[in-house]
Amino acid sequence: MYRTIQIFLVALCLIISAFATGARAQEDIRPLVDALGQGGFPQKIEAVGALAASGDPKVAEILGLLSDGKLFAPKTGGAVFLETDSGYADVLTGAPVTDVPGNLQKIRLNNGLRGAISAAMSQLTLLSPDRGARFAAAQDLLKEANPENLDLLNSALAKEQDAEIKATMEAARAVILLKTDASFEDKEAAIATIAARGNRDAVNILNAAFSSAPADLQPAIQAHIDGINQKLAIWDVVQNIWYGLSLGSVLLLAAIGLAITFGVMGVINMAHGEMVMLGAYTTYVVQQTINSAAPELANFSLAFAVPAAFLVTGLIGIGIERGIIRWLYGRPLETLLATWGLSLILQQTIRTIFGPTNRQVDNPSWMSGAFDFGGMSITWNRMWIIVFSIAVFFALLLLLKRSKFGLQMRAVTQNRRMASSMGIRTPWVDAFTFGLGSGIAGMAGVALSQIDNVSPNLGQNYIIDSFMVVVFGGVGNLWGTLVGAMTLGIANKFLEPYAGAVLGKILILVLIILFIQRRPRGLFALKGRAVE
Amino acid sequence: MITQMLLRNHDKKVLWFALAILAAAVLVPLSNLLLPAGNPLHVPDHMVPLLGKYLSYALLALALDLVWGYCGILSLGHGAFFALGGYAMGMYLMRQIGPRGVYANPLLPDFMVFLNWQELPWYWYGFDQFWFAALMVLFVPGLLAFVFGWFAFRSRVTGVYLSIITQAMTYALLLAFFRNEMGFGGNNGLTDFKDILGFNIQAGGTRATLFAATAIMLALALLLSSAIVKSKYGKVLVGVRDAESRTRFLGYRVENMKLFIFTVSAMMAGVAGALYVPQVGIINPGEFAPANSIEVVIWTAVGGRGTLIGPIIGAVLVNFGKSIFTAAFPEFWLFALGALFVATTLFLPKGIVGTLQQFAKARDERKVAAAKEHAYQEQAAKSAGEDGLASAHTQAAE
Repeated sequence: MYRTIQIFLVALCLIISAFATGARAQEDIRPLVDALGQGGFPQKIEAVGALAASGDPKVAEILGLLSDGKLFAPKTGGAVFLETDSGYADVLTGAPVTDVPGNLQKIRLNNGLRGAISAAMSQLTLLSPDRGARFAAAQDLLKEANPENLDLLNSALAKEQDAEIKATMEAARAVILLKTDASFEDKEAAIATIAARGNRDAVNILNAAFSSAPADLQPAIQAHIDGINQKLAIWDVVQNIWYGLSLGSVLLLAAIGLAITFGVMGVINMAHGEMVMLGAYTTYVVQQTINSAAPELANFSLAFAVPAAFLVTGLIGIGIERGIIRWLYGRPLETLLATWGLSLILQQTIRTIFGPTNRQVDNPSWMSGAFDFGGMSITWNRMWIIVFSIAVFFALLLLLKRSKFGLQMRAVTQNRRMASSMGIRTPWVDAFTFGLGSGIAGMAGVALSQIDNVSPNLGQNYIIDSFMVVVFGGVGNLWGTLVGAMTLGIANKFLEPYAGAVLGKILILVLIILFIQRRPRGLFALKGRAVE
Repeated sequence: MITQMLLRNHDKKVLWFALAILAAAVLVPLSNLLLPAGNPLHVPDHMVPLLGKYLSYALLALALDLVWGYCGILSLGHGAFFALGGYAMGMYLMRQIGPRGVYANPLLPDFMVFLNWQELPWYWYGFDQFWFAALMVLFVPGLLAFVFGWFAFRSRVTGVYLSIITQAMTYALLLAFFRNEMGFGGNNGLTDFKDILGFNIQAGGTRATLFAATAIMLALALLLSSAIVKSKYGKVLVGVRDAESRTRFLGYRVENMKLFIFTVSAMMAGVAGALYVPQVGIINPGEFAPANSIEVVIWTAVGGRGTLIGPIIGAVLVNFGKSIFTAAFPEFWLFALGALFVATTLFLPKGIVGTLQQFAKARDERKVAAAKEHAYQEQAAKSAGEDGLASAHTQAAE
């Protein structure tokens, strides 16, 4: 509230002062404006510089008109006029002018003049009240680092309040200082300022400065470069871990349902990938429905898609269990074949309904874009998927450890016949377990729809990796799946830079096949009688 | 000795079936080459390689039946052995092209010239010789199966776990063969073959001969498989399938037995691949796709696993159906295949041949039971008569 009033007051002051000084200032810059229409390009470039240096608030507008080709001047030189829809007008006042000279022609631009205009514009925007414009201008200055802008920068720095913009301006000032013949101490301080930014740009700037720097400054620059590089290397590792966690969380979502059904029922559901795919298509349908029925909720369509996907795939899962898998108990290999057949049918069904091409699922605004964290950039969608998968994981853990259904499920996992003797209805536990596993796969589909193409083959791309997670992590313990998924994700991302994406994947598969030698039943295997 | 092994102690049915395949090996080429095109018994030119393809698939299904039907190892990676055999043959065929390729390089296949390679990679040496390629067709899949099996069986990876890692194996190979750097033609694989052993691969005579070779190989493989499963070793193998721990406790080296059958089966699959490639004219990484390997399982399941004849019938039937289906309603083929998987496992777990055998057995049992019943009744009637006689005697005696 206070801030709003403040802004309002500032704006009011600006308007009043503009009115008060407007008339006088206009007349001051009139010769400068008229100079735009005189002489060749070098003179015009000078005129642009002079205009910009005047600091008049109208300058930006005039320069914009110039670069849009709206300004006209007599061939022989003279007053500059503004072209309007109805004729010509005065450039400064905007009042229509009828008695124009007959030989008016458009003031032409060349690349040099355009460059001068944009440089002048960035100078001007450096002082603009709009934060975004100032920041962009500061970044432009940092990139160009033209020593001519030093004075302007100094004056802008003195006025700047925003810390981030100020830092950028200081860096730009430091880069400019390095190019001028400032004193040794100034340059040393400038190098420290640049190095404090600590990113790849800083390394590039310092590398560029290194060759031209005086010999007594070079060791300092080299030390800073090494320091930044070391820090960047650490951030690289952190970034790789982050990417690995991101991949791992996707794998976790895809594999956890598989692990549950395999753990409880001993069957591998080859149609699991198709459940993921169905979840993604549910997201698509929900989003389309909301976009057409209630567009104001479009940003929250995922909140509807998650339960919808869980229900749809969960019910299909229960249907599959009751319809097919129930009849194949004790024949796990046949279950594998039947569910594979089912996966073909589901894929083809979706292909028939939605077509073979990718469907567009939009990211809501709160999931798009990225933010900087230390030396790396984190995209919001990856971030939310990690959060989501961890949330699903712990919700599931809670369900298994604290609910009656969870207790029954664990009992059936450990000893089916004993559980049955204790009065647990094992067929129903099986059906709901299968439904739960499929429902989680559906939720994984919601998450995947945000980062991957929604196509009928979506599930196929993840199914083998999910199997690997289950094989690696072992069944009967959710923590095994968590550790398995994260390990595989991180290992994948660390192998990629050295071996390439494909070779990295092959290596992982080979490593898992070797790993199975030592732990045939995965990292977290059930022990004792339950195994047989 | 081998012939003796191949001929002794077979099921009569297997023998008859092998003879039928051999008859096809003679009759189909003859009818294709000698009968005029209008004759109703004439096999058209395009049918010969198609039938040859079916038979090489049948050989692959037979190989899978050995491990799945008799040893209980559900391999979802048999397509990998098939494709490796195919690649070995493909490499020989590529080397045969010689300077007739697009780039007319006498040594390097076209795709290597295209990738700007200067010399032949070492693993392509020797493939200009047929005998070497033929050896590799057996050796490469066999070696992979041996190493893989040695690792897997020694650590007692069984059941679904084993299926999953065999699938991972073929998936890894799929990814690897897609890479151009591997030197196997990358995405496009090996194709544009010109001739085999000096004969034009497109010529009718060569195709007929290739078909005959495939059929003969299939018949030999069938006899060999039958010999294996009829032997004492084969009996133990079934023991491993039905009660692995018990067989181990009886003192058998289960892992060695599995390793042997797995390797033999992989070699057989390699031969199937080698016969497949010249008839189809191309081999590419798509053959490694996990989906292909699972399809082989369904051929075996449809025909009847553990019957040797069944997988051959299943492979031919399903692929014949696929040819018709994909031509008539391409979009419904996956529905049909998926339904086949579900229906077979649910309603026909023993497959066609297995179910027929079951019926036959039930009929035999009924016959035997009826005969016994008959004999018993006769006996009873006889003894009743004797009893009657005896009682009459006693009565008379009294």
